[in-house]
Amino acid sequence: MITTSEILETIDMISQQHLDIRTITMGISLRDCGHPEVRVCCDRIYDKITGAARDLVRIGEDIEREFGIPIVNKRVSVTPIAIACESCETEDYVPFAEAMDRAAREIGVNFIGGFSALVQKGFTVGDERLLRSIPEALRATERVCSSVNVGSTRAGINMDAVALMGKIVKRTADLTGGQGCAKLVIFCNAVEDNPFMAGAFHGVGEPECVINVGVSGPGVVHNALKRCAGRPLNEAAEIIKKTAFRVTRMGELVAQEASARLGVPFGIVDLSLAPTPAVGDSVADILEELGLESVGAPGTTAALALLNDAVKKGGVMASSNVGGLSGAFIPVSEDAGMIRAAAAGKLTIEKLEAMTCVCSVGLDMIALPGDTSAETVSAIIADEAAIGMINQKTTAVRVIPVPGKTVGDFVDFGGLLGRAPVMAVNPASPAAFIERGGRIPAPLNSLKN
Amino acid sequence: MKAIVTVIGKDTVGIIANVCSILAQNGVNVLDISQTVMREYFTMIMLVDTAGCRVDFAELADILKKDGAEHGLDIRIQREDIFEAMHRI
Repeated sequence: MITTSEILETIDMISQQHLDIRTITMGISLRDCGHPEVRVCCDRIYDKITGAARDLVRIGEDIEREFGIPIVNKRVSVTPIAIACESCETEDYVPFAEAMDRAAREIGVNFIGGFSALVQKGFTVGDERLLRSIPEALRATERVCSSVNVGSTRAGINMDAVALMGKIVKRTADLTGGQGCAKLVIFCNAVEDNPFMAGAFHGVGEPECVINVGVSGPGVVHNALKRCAGRPLNEAAEIIKKTAFRVTRMGELVAQEASARLGVPFGIVDLSLAPTPAVGDSVADILEELGLESVGAPGTTAALALLNDAVKKGGVMASSNVGGLSGAFIPVSEDAGMIRAAAAGKLTIEKLEAMTCVCSVGLDMIALPGDTSAETVSAIIADEAAIGMINQKTTAVRVIPVPGKTVGDFVDFGGLLGRAPVMAVNPASPAAFIERGGRIPAPLNSLKN
Repeated sequence: MKAIVTVIGKDTVGIIANVCSILAQNGVNVLDISQTVMREYFTMIMLVDTAGCRVDFAELADILKKDGAEHGLDIRIQREDIFEAMHRI
């Protein structure tokens, strides 16, 4: 029998510390949806998604009520559209995004990921068409998320794609007032089973249909750490590990249940400390609990390294299949503590870049001045991709050059996407470097110093 | 199916009787009860069996939640599995 204190601890985690299942994401293959005619292709996409995910939201809500644990989002990821729709005889891929959007609306999911292309080594015809359709696709749709993988440890970095993505990010910002950029991620070493938006897509090595679950809980970790204030860091790591274990066990239970009820194979649990703008649901608070006056202070990278590693260690044993990004997310606009530090000038883009060397993703949800050049955006992407490529990890860039805004202004993205202060960017120009294009060759994997 | 009912809130007369009668009306069998009052806060935990429950689980959860709100209490019912998963290897 479970003890009273264990039951009350769980209730407290859910009701006071924001413990939740962040997302149940159904991955759906669209590889059988290709057709030369646009209309047929769109119909196939719509029918496939609405057929496979018809019960996703209802079953998610049933599980939520039975276990008494909030499941914040139910989402869908699909095969990268550049692959699924390549045989279609059209230059314009916006109708495919619109078909995804309609399907998402019909089944009641708030985001659908997979308006994506994998171009780490070069472009196919479909890749290039998709990339050029991104700004208009993000303007014309509400729920579609887009991602592009521009580099990998095995392939190096496609600098032509990096140069193009700088322009695409800028164009998307201009067309959408910045909002569209919150749904556009540029990756290096993208993972195929990530359940978290905006970077989720259903990878080519994945089965026909799969259930991936993302669990969260920065508030739970923060609260647990309060019990060891001032103690050596190895003790803090141990507490984080144990907490991550419990949280992931819950994710595993929900994932298995959802998989069984939907009749869809279980893929992975992604244990990521994903903050929300709510007070008490912040990764920055955890770093500050470890002893930093503010996130961004010297020591932040070390504290984040400890946190990220301990989360993985706890999570790995708790689930039969851990995957996705698994670690700590540091999106500025979605984390009350990060917003506070950035607004006070204590957290800079340069420090965030250093932090991405040791955490699970990259420069995430950062508002930039509206006059930031396309080349500078490209160069920021290149820097992040280089960190991912050399360190054999996933890195990503989701930045928003907000039209008409300058350093110190605040931008509100609404809901889970939060709000952010516009951050300063180094004014020196990388234009000539970006204009070179070509590829950065794949790195050596020995002689590591 | 076994489930855990938790009742947390300010102590008043008749909390246990009220929750037990809701459970009985809906065909839910109570297997174990533990109850304590900590700093004026009433905390009750019940292990119940919902095998004979006449309404579906979500509806029962709503009935309890609504009744709790009327009496200033937080009443939850959750499947036992979630506590097992989090606290036992």
